[in-house]
Amino acid sequence: MLQFILRRVLGAVVTLFLIGAATFFLFVAAPSDYASLACGKDCSPQRLADIREALGLNLPIAQQFWDFMSGIVTGRDFPTGHCPAPCLGQSFYSGDMVWSTIMDRFPVTMTLTVGGAIVFLVVGVGAGMLAAYRQATMVDKIATGASMVLSSFQIYFLGPIVLTVLVYSTGWMEDPKYVPITDDPVGWFIGMSIPVCVMATIFTAQYTRMARSSMIEQLAEDQVRTARAKGMSNRYVFFRYAWRGSLIPIVTVLGIDISSMLGGAVVTELTFSLQGIGQLAVAGATTKDLPLTMGVMLFGAFFILFINILTDITYAFIDPRVRLS
Amino acid sequence: MVVDGEPEPKAKSEAKHEGRSPGQLMWIRFKRDRTGVVCAVVVIAYFLIALLAPLLVKLAGTDPYTLYGQDPTYADQPILDDFGLPLGYLGGVSGDHWFGVEPQYGRDLFAMLMFGMRTSLYMALGITVLVMVTGVVIGLVGGYFGGRTDYWVGRVTDFFLSFPSQLFFIAFMPVVTSFFVDPREETPTYFRALAMLIVLWLLGWMGMARLVRSTVLSLREREFVEAAKVSGASPWRIVRKEILPNVVTPILVQFTYQLPSTILTIAFLSFAGVGFVEPTPDWGRLFAAGAQYAEQDPAFMFFPGVALVVFILAFNLLGDSVRDAFDPKSGR
Repeated sequence: MLQFILRRVLGAVVTLFLIGAATFFLFVAAPSDYASLACGKDCSPQRLADIREALGLNLPIAQQFWDFMSGIVTGRDFPTGHCPAPCLGQSFYSGDMVWSTIMDRFPVTMTLTVGGAIVFLVVGVGAGMLAAYRQATMVDKIATGASMVLSSFQIYFLGPIVLTVLVYSTGWMEDPKYVPITDDPVGWFIGMSIPVCVMATIFTAQYTRMARSSMIEQLAEDQVRTARAKGMSNRYVFFRYAWRGSLIPIVTVLGIDISSMLGGAVVTELTFSLQGIGQLAVAGATTKDLPLTMGVMLFGAFFILFINILTDITYAFIDPRVRLS
Repeated sequence: MVVDGEPEPKAKSEAKHEGRSPGQLMWIRFKRDRTGVVCAVVVIAYFLIALLAPLLVKLAGTDPYTLYGQDPTYADQPILDDFGLPLGYLGGVSGDHWFGVEPQYGRDLFAMLMFGMRTSLYMALGITVLVMVTGVVIGLVGGYFGGRTDYWVGRVTDFFLSFPSQLFFIAFMPVVTSFFVDPREETPTYFRALAMLIVLWLLGWMGMARLVRSTVLSLREREFVEAAKVSGASPWRIVRKEILPNVVTPILVQFTYQLPSTILTIAFLSFAGVGFVEPTPDWGRLFAAGAQYAEQDPAFMFFPGVALVVFILAFNLLGDSVRDAFDPKSGR
């Protein structure tokens, strides 16, 4: 098991390095002039030269790459101050260190992703299992039909509808906002409940469909039939025999979905004006703040790889065959 | 409506002992699936609307660029109140403005939506075709040649897959645009579209490549391919005549799933503000505007939103129907 984890971690580190290299060369070494972007409109030649000097753009590319990569591990010194490890650079506009900005914003995205995942797993898988349990009844038809329709909705359409109904026209709830969980857990829960539920709705549908079909598949397995033949109750067979097997494809898809969940969090943040890393990425992209954009991307890649390793380990626990391959 | 779990109608055509190609059998099965046919009609209707958008909008007597609320030519027919909100019901629906008008500027929503759908659908179609072709070629190369080639093709695919796609779409857009235009200048719409195409293409082909590779891998060992090899057929001929016809099915099924997801990605980029910008009419941009007006004028979002939901729903159901028609034993 330890060897399995080590192998996966090593693979992730290599991938992360490659992604870092790819983004670096695309961003810094591309024809787009890093310095003139940093300088912005109405840039005097003198200022441009200063910026080139400050960012170390006059050094050879290989040297710059080395500085960037080693900065992530050991930290770096900029003319404007020290950037502690992991250093992802300094924002062109605010002058803040990218890493600390990301750390400020990350709890919002984390709440959306993790909260959303909990909601859609509980509701989605629950509804799917219920549909499988009551296969070909009204319950099944409603669950599958609703999941089909809901999966066609988009966060940026559903979000304003929910806001209009719950906030603007009735005033039942307040505008969603993020309060750190450490300050006020209740406020955190209430403030984020609308965004989390809206985001989860979009994903729920897919999991309902998947849980349903994988459960039906499991119920047709030999060991389940044997258990039934031995006279075990329907419920016992359902929860003791079929349940575990049907989780495997769900965990797999959950691992693949992390990337789109992060994407979903981005849209949710934009829809509800929450200050998360998705919003940060968009701000970085629209103002062409390259260090910020690059930092968020690398962080996103890291986050996804990290979660992927976690899912792989979970997977290995559920299904022992995986460990050996 | 065919719901999951319902048994597929049995194809009775086999009893007549006529020779039918798999394509014909598929077509017969597909025609029996009422949901599938309805959805196909809806999807085709959308593409026709997109194609005929200029005509439809001319019929409505509007265009997507005129600021009907501010242009002095239209001062005699006020459509916005003092707060810049549309007069009348449902966001100002009227004989002149069928879907209402945009708050503040008073642009015609019907015209904006029609042209917006046109932008989105045709861009998505172009990107999806590019992605498909790239994925098929790469998958074929990996799957057919196997060995070392396959290993490296697989690693490259894995590498591209590990990019957090949506974040990268956002982040790469300005970089890719800066390849064409000086970042300090205004980016023409044409280059924005090109940049979107490149970004979505580069980070979109992997799913297709994997699918084709695994299909080809299993086909490669089949007897008819062996027979073709023994009879001295060139690799090109084997790929073209023996393997490709057998991959067409999964490719087509994948296509029906890929196209709506590409449309959503384009809409996502425009919604995030890195795709199309003012004043290009675009589906996703309407949602960005709608989110802005949601509090004062929630009706603005209604038509673009419903249009999108219907389209995606129809396309997803169509995808399931196409899959079932090809392979009646599959999934549901």
